[in-house]
Amino acid sequence: MPLTYFFDSIPLLYPEIVISALIAIIVLADLITSKVEKVLPYISLIGLAVAFYFVTDNYNANAMAFLNDTGKGMVAVDSFGSFFKMIILISSFLVILFTILSKELHDSMDRIGEYYTLIFGMILGMFFMVSSTNLILLYLSIELVSLSSYVLAGFIKTSTRSAEASLKYLIFGAASTGIMLFGISIVYGLTGSVNLYEISYLFQVTAGNKFLLNLSMILMFAGIGYKISSVPFHFWTPDVYEGAPTTITAYLSVASKAAGFALLIRLIKTGFSVETSTLGAWVVLPSFYWQDFLVLLSILTMTLGNFAALWQSNIKRMLAYSSIAHAGYLLAALAVLSDQGLIAILIYFAIYMLMNLGAFLVVIIIRNKINSEELSDYDGLGYSMPLMGVSLGVFLISLTGLPPTAGFIGKLYIFLALLDAKMIVLSVIMVLNSVVSLYYYVRVLKHMFLNKPKEEVAHIKFPLAENIYASVLAVAVIFFGIYFAPVINWAKNSLSLFGF
Amino acid sequence: MTSIGLQHYLVVSSILFSLGLFGIVTRKNAVMVLMGIELILNSANINFVAFARYGNFGFDGQLIALFVVILAAAEAAVALAIVLNIYKNFSTVNVDEIDKLKE
Repeated sequence: MPLTYFFDSIPLLYPEIVISALIAIIVLADLITSKVEKVLPYISLIGLAVAFYFVTDNYNANAMAFLNDTGKGMVAVDSFGSFFKMIILISSFLVILFTILSKELHDSMDRIGEYYTLIFGMILGMFFMVSSTNLILLYLSIELVSLSSYVLAGFIKTSTRSAEASLKYLIFGAASTGIMLFGISIVYGLTGSVNLYEISYLFQVTAGNKFLLNLSMILMFAGIGYKISSVPFHFWTPDVYEGAPTTITAYLSVASKAAGFALLIRLIKTGFSVETSTLGAWVVLPSFYWQDFLVLLSILTMTLGNFAALWQSNIKRMLAYSSIAHAGYLLAALAVLSDQGLIAILIYFAIYMLMNLGAFLVVIIIRNKINSEELSDYDGLGYSMPLMGVSLGVFLISLTGLPPTAGFIGKLYIFLALLDAKMIVLSVIMVLNSVVSLYYYVRVLKHMFLNKPKEEVAHIKFPLAENIYASVLAVAVIFFGIYFAPVINWAKNSLSLFGF
Repeated sequence: MTSIGLQHYLVVSSILFSLGLFGIVTRKNAVMVLMGIELILNSANINFVAFARYGNFGFDGQLIALFVVILAAAEAAVALAIVLNIYKNFSTVNVDEIDKLKE
């Protein structure tokens, strides 16, 4: 690799360089300053803003970094990747704000430096997950995200639930990514390359061994499916979401899922699709039945997620199953294999980020006061904390997908994409699933507003910051439900993957 | 006498992979489960090196194997720390007894 290739790549990687520098700065600040918990959030928030600036700067770069001798690179910098990087940065920003509020982490404040270091380790890994076009870099970035999140899930050392969550996450995660690596080794054996563009080219010119190719794709999906918590790799999700600190649960449910989807989309589009037709449909190589595979997984994932959520009595566990169901909806949009489906996914993620983080924020705030996440302890809380009750109501209605909230727009675009592609059965199943989901989302509201509280509670007052965050997110969810043009335009401008 | 070829390596690696998967599914001790995971990673490593050597794919495969070895070490370090924390909290490392979170 000539040295000029290397120097040309550096400007494209400014966001990643900023994040890496922040990891070093946070470790040093943790050693030097005595009031760590006061300083670190500000360093992190400023650093995220700087990284966000560089991501927007590279938004239309449409280039590759670290080219090899045949001119194929390891990292693609395009608007699609930048979109997901923005989603990751915004959700990191919000999660760090939530971390300042959370009382759950107060006992671990002496180790809070590690917390921020690991969060930034996750961000770096997710950045490479969304932009890498090299299977080994993909694998390493998934592992970087996973190793950081195993530790974060068990961050509260004294809590048995947190420890158990991290062990279960570790075993499922390490096993699935190990299986994924074995799949990558078979792809390497079939094609002699780990670069997605070279692999795609070889699949186009030679038929190859179809059985081995299908086997390797299914093995590789183990790692991706575990990241996006799709059936049958979802078993860790409820336990980890319930046991981990709520800030981490919120982060896993949005950012790490977004990165996993970006990886899957890039794998399908750069690895398997030949071109995009004028109507926006992707011409996918017949070597692996992506559409049937994704339709099947999507139906299983959304149905299992929604039906299992019906019986949950812990709100974090319920939101975990609901996040499995949402992964199912997103897989349905991906199964269309067209630009319409991709737009729907991008819109859905922008909205899902707001509503899901909002729901977890209210759970964190309520836990600070009543020290519980059981639904039975929520009885009558809607009257003693009206603002939180109404905000949670807005987020849950949006997660169901009812107008006038933003969740409706997200679901609407997925339906439009499915109907455009004449996938009627899948869209009917999705509607039925949404109806099922209404039951368990509204059940939370029933506990808060209709059930009698066990004892009479006076009006509960919250700090100003908690009130502001919850109401801003709730207003945003309604605002984007009515005036959704900015989200749609943002998604439509983010369709270009390098090479297409 | 036949010389050792690609097939031999692939057979060894698939046996290792299956043993690793078997270990993860059947073992009760968390440390043994982790050893199963190491077997899976190493079976992929054998694949990478064997394909690189017999397919004349250059040095890519061998470099990948180096990366994976380093990663496996990092993963083992994190994993053992987590298992230690589990032992402190539960006084056992039997994965079947660690079920405070309901199924």
